[in-house]
Amino acid sequence: MNKKKSVVSYNKWGYIFLIPFAVVFVVFQLIPLINTIKNSFFEHYRDGLTIIGPNWVGFKNYIKLFSEGNILKYFKNTMIMWIMGFIPQIIISLLFAAWFSDPSLRLKCQRFFKTVIYLPNLIMASAFSMLFFTLFSTVGPVNDILMKVGILKEAYDFMAHTGSVRALVALMNCLMWFGNTTILLLAGMMGIDTALFEAAEVDGATANQVFWKITLPILKPILIYVMVTSLIGGLQMFDVPQILTDGKGSPNNSATTLIMCLNNHLYSKNYGMGGALSVILFFITGVLSIIVFKFSGNEDKYGKA
Amino acid sequence: MKKRLLALSMAMIMAAGTLAGCNGGNTGASTTTTTDTDGGSGSTTTEAEPTKAPELDTTVEAEDISSEVEGSVLNIYCWNEEFKSRLTDHYPGYTEVDATHGKIGDIDVVWNITPSDDNAYQNNLDETLLKQDSAAADDKIDLFLVEADYALKYVDTDYTLPVTDLGISLSELSNQYKYTQDVMTSSDGKLKGLSWQGCPGVLIYNREAAKAVIGSDEPADVQAAVKDWDTYKATAADMKAAGYYMTATVNDTYRTFSNNVSVPWVSADKKVQIDDNIKRWVDDSKEMYDAGQIKSTENLWGDAWSSGFYPDGKVFCYFGPAWLINFCMAADTDGSIANQGGWGATEGPQGFFWGGTWICAANGTDNKATVADIMRKLTVDKDIMIDIVKQDDDFVNNQPAMEELAASDYTSAVFGGQNPLGMFAAGAKNIALDKISAYDQGCNEEFQNAMKDYFDGNADYDTALNKFYDAITTKYPALSK
Repeated sequence: MNKKKSVVSYNKWGYIFLIPFAVVFVVFQLIPLINTIKNSFFEHYRDGLTIIGPNWVGFKNYIKLFSEGNILKYFKNTMIMWIMGFIPQIIISLLFAAWFSDPSLRLKCQRFFKTVIYLPNLIMASAFSMLFFTLFSTVGPVNDILMKVGILKEAYDFMAHTGSVRALVALMNCLMWFGNTTILLLAGMMGIDTALFEAAEVDGATANQVFWKITLPILKPILIYVMVTSLIGGLQMFDVPQILTDGKGSPNNSATTLIMCLNNHLYSKNYGMGGALSVILFFITGVLSIIVFKFSGNEDKYGKA
Repeated sequence: MKKRLLALSMAMIMAAGTLAGCNGGNTGASTTTTTDTDGGSGSTTTEAEPTKAPELDTTVEAEDISSEVEGSVLNIYCWNEEFKSRLTDHYPGYTEVDATHGKIGDIDVVWNITPSDDNAYQNNLDETLLKQDSAAADDKIDLFLVEADYALKYVDTDYTLPVTDLGISLSELSNQYKYTQDVMTSSDGKLKGLSWQGCPGVLIYNREAAKAVIGSDEPADVQAAVKDWDTYKATAADMKAAGYYMTATVNDTYRTFSNNVSVPWVSADKKVQIDDNIKRWVDDSKEMYDAGQIKSTENLWGDAWSSGFYPDGKVFCYFGPAWLINFCMAADTDGSIANQGGWGATEGPQGFFWGGTWICAANGTDNKATVADIMRKLTVDKDIMIDIVKQDDDFVNNQPAMEELAASDYTSAVFGGQNPLGMFAAGAKNIALDKISAYDQGCNEEFQNAMKDYFDGNADYDTALNKFYDAITTKYPALSK
């Protein structure tokens, strides 16, 4: 009897400690989430100083998004720019993490380099974007240098070409996030039992074999985590392309992301369309996350957690 | 497996929560603003735009406000420093405290300046106006400025006060140019705002280039070379051969086309319509840009645009009203063409207007007498208005004064001793603002943005046009294609 009571009281503390999170979650996330879904079924916007609605319109906002809007194009833009940034990012991060965690390399100043590669993440994305905008403008230093060296004859307008704008966005995202990913992967690699590496060494495995056959499979949960968070972050890509293209997504909307489109709707206080777009984003995020989970295989080979 | 699915769904809700985060904040704002407005505006209204300018009801008597007590804070909303410098330099009794504060007698003047790009000024103003009823007396907007591009949005609402409510009688305003009052006349015949300036535009040309290519820098000779669009294009080819660009950007000529349209941007049933003259601007500009006669496809106010203010920019002409010359063309910078008096003015291929700033009194102001006095001093007082012309080269909204000055020996320094006022005065009389809509700022900006892709060769005309429709219906959800 006594024993049971103490268990109950422990449980009580568990719930009490959960309260702050639960309250914050409900007030700042769950209620807005439900509100957003509700908004998506209403016509509600401003025409000048007149507020139109909210009037119930059913799925009209969704139909309008797909029939008139360029939502598929914006989704494509977002994914292209995310993939262009993510692939180099994960490769560089894996390489760095492998080097940092390999004791046989005896890298010097590890702490210094770990700090340095993380630094770009500390700069505000908008400031970073502004910096690139200036660097790559037609009268900016990059064009100056390329012309002085003789690679270019006349200034190349990086902001007027689809490829260069997307590449710049991808480059910035990659630069900003590879440090973060490196630290995450590094933590994962450090957690691997060194006995495994020693065993492999005794068996005569090469460094390559160790990496592909031991490190990567064990790292899989961390890799999936990195992939999912990066994917969700990528879908929410906003500040970098917004600032780089001055909110226009130019040239020809080829750098307009879904969130930039959402921002445009909310800028004109169109809560209905904004809500509908948010709900669609919610589903895209959900579906993509499920796909990633499925592909990564959920039958745990390495230890049951 | 079940646990995993649960965890996954929780994670998704969390992720969606962060997605919804920015939206959620706005949702909160929406509910407050909805309750702030008066009951009638909650429903969908599809009131048609007046197609004809409403007539001013001249029988409205000025109200007597002498018994009303003045509030202690005067809140002014505007989008740049122009009005502030007019007030500082010409309004008797205004003293500047710091960049955003001033004093008129015992009244504190508070400036709220938001740049007008991408409707930022309007959005900020709207938010505050919608909360005007519930705001404390000292936080209410007392005075705000509007431009012709979106004046209609405020004129036909209760957020602006008729000037007669401020104690200004219409007979005092008889010297003003008629168009400046037409714009601000509401559909029930009330005058809602006053302007101190008139904005007829002229073609501003580089005298050095004119001498080199046309052979003379006299306005009459230059006018002969730009008298219509075909001659203008022929001159552009000559300019190109001599190493000059006709204009700095494709958008320079935009207003001359967009002011001479036969239909407004938005029809009565809120459909966006592209006038033939706007299409002509696209075709002409594309042709001239491809031929290398126009320097850049960048927006106005950008680096490429302002490069022509200096001799090295090699730009032949700009299109603009008096305020452009005075306020924007780097007249105070050593080495600029304006500084050396190197510009001339001529009518150009077509008459047009650009901009213009109107002073409106916000409904709910507790400083009616001060607002009325500012309006009187800046838009009626002849001596002060002549001072503005002489000191700032602006063109003021006072017909007799301007005609007097046009005939006088007044000369403009930036124009190398030319007196351009006769040209402006003639232009001001011909301005008609009956083809404007409340959505013009967005339409003009988005159209220029969309066409940039066409000029740059990134899209064909139809693609660019679709981009415009997409952008404009996003910006103004009430409009349709």
